[in-house]
Amino acid sequence: MNLSYYPGCSLESSAREYNLSALSVASALGLSLTEIEDWICCGATSAHSTNQLLAYALPAANIALAQQAGRDLVVPCASCYNRLKKTDHVLRNDPARRRQLEEVVNFTFTGRIGVMSLLEAFTVRIGAEEISRRVVRPLEGLRLACYYGCLLVRPHHVTGFDNPENPRSLDALMAGTGARPLSWSYKTECCGANLGLTVGDAVRQMVSRLLEMAEEAGAQAIVTACPLCQMNLEVRRPNNRNGIPAFYFTELIGLALGLKESGSWFARHIVDPLPLLRSLSLAS
Amino acid sequence: MFNSQSFIEEVKSRSGQPIELCFQCQKCASGCYMARFTDHAPNQILRYIQLGLKEKALRSSMIWLCSSCEICGSRCPNGIKMFDVMDALKKIAISNNIVAEKKIRLFNDIFLDTVRSKGRIHEALMMAEYKLRTGDLFSDLDLGLKLFLKRKLPLIGKKVKDRKYLDVIFKRCFDMERKAFAKYQVRLDGGKLN
Ligand code: SF4
Ligand code: SF4
Repeated sequence: MNLSYYPGCSLESSAREYNLSALSVASALGLSLTEIEDWICCGATSAHSTNQLLAYALPAANIALAQQAGRDLVVPCASCYNRLKKTDHVLRNDPARRRQLEEVVNFTFTGRIGVMSLLEAFTVRIGAEEISRRVVRPLEGLRLACYYGCLLVRPHHVTGFDNPENPRSLDALMAGTGARPLSWSYKTECCGANLGLTVGDAVRQMVSRLLEMAEEAGAQAIVTACPLCQMNLEVRRPNNRNGIPAFYFTELIGLALGLKESGSWFARHIVDPLPLLRSLSLAS
Repeated sequence: MFNSQSFIEEVKSRSGQPIELCFQCQKCASGCYMARFTDHAPNQILRYIQLGLKEKALRSSMIWLCSSCEICGSRCPNGIKMFDVMDALKKIAISNNIVAEKKIRLFNDIFLDTVRSKGRIHEALMMAEYKLRTGDLFSDLDLGLKLFLKRKLPLIGKKVKDRKYLDVIFKRCFDMERKAFAKYQVRLDGGKLN
């Protein structure tokens, strides 16, 4: 199956292991992801805090590129996904805004391609059953807190994906790898998003509460589908960056599929996940 | 003083939210994690808007510390998306030059300048510029070094090819949005600016 791919800026730097693992795992599972050429930054929080039209125009320019490529657009970063999906929603449902955006970006919206998160693509286009069929190294004994954060599931009238208060899709994929997803009540709480640099203390408190709750539920690791969440969970934690590691879901699927390159993803983590994986005989 | 009616109208028009429906149930505030770090909770901000207390709403740190988590909007019984209201207030605060959290605004400006000139964000350069311009050089130094050593902060970023087109998009957006809301820009004596 062929889909277009919008990595976003984080996946080119701080979340490189998310990009590498997403591409490896997708190709191992027969999902071909082609990066759209010359994509531009979605504008993120800075755009929607400053100029509303720009907050739609930057994603719309990327939707225009994807439209030319003619395939549905997959977005691994939860934050970029949220901006692109909101813009797609506005283009479909708000004719006045659509005309304005068509003028600014200089394109004609056809509505023929859809926008989805990588989590949704894995859930809907591959599915947990297929993953579990392909597992060569079941992640048995690994207890996980699946952490969705904000932007993958909210606002629900736009994302239309999973249950906004108690999402299950990531839990299902992780169960497919043989790991044990736990129930905990902080699945969709906020990690502090991009406020880490500007109001670090607030974010540190949010992150330490998330880690505490995950550990209290018995988790040995947290798994996410968002570069902002993963980064905050690793670097905005108190106690000198010890404690439970935070994975991208694609890394754990790759590990379960026995992909050799998984070691190079884990080497990029700030909180070393290898001691945990070794203790479960999942790494050497 | 500010014209309170035009303020309410501007918030409604920018946010698209039914401000008048709020009945102060505080569901938004009870789910809002950032509220405890700020001066006013989301429901209070809404009240200030209803009462036309423009300065009180605009001077609040809440509107800047909102992390856009959208918990408020998903729980409000009246379908008010506070997050969109916070965004509207930030833009009005900028156009009135009343910005409570200058560091956050500076971060946003540096971010958008980078997008405009390069097309993509280059995290290392952006962090460095932010640090230089806030004078807060050392708080995240060990973090930056760690990221760099893990090859997570490449020093050379990618640029997109068609940057002229990008500049046109920025220019059009700023021109069109300024024009669309110019009618709300009132002078301190209550007269219109244009
Ligand atoms: S949840 Fe809605 S109605 Fe209740 S206080 Fe907040 S904005 Fe008002
Ligand atoms: S979107 Fe903003 S105001 Fe609403 S709950 Fe989240 S941080 Fe609070």
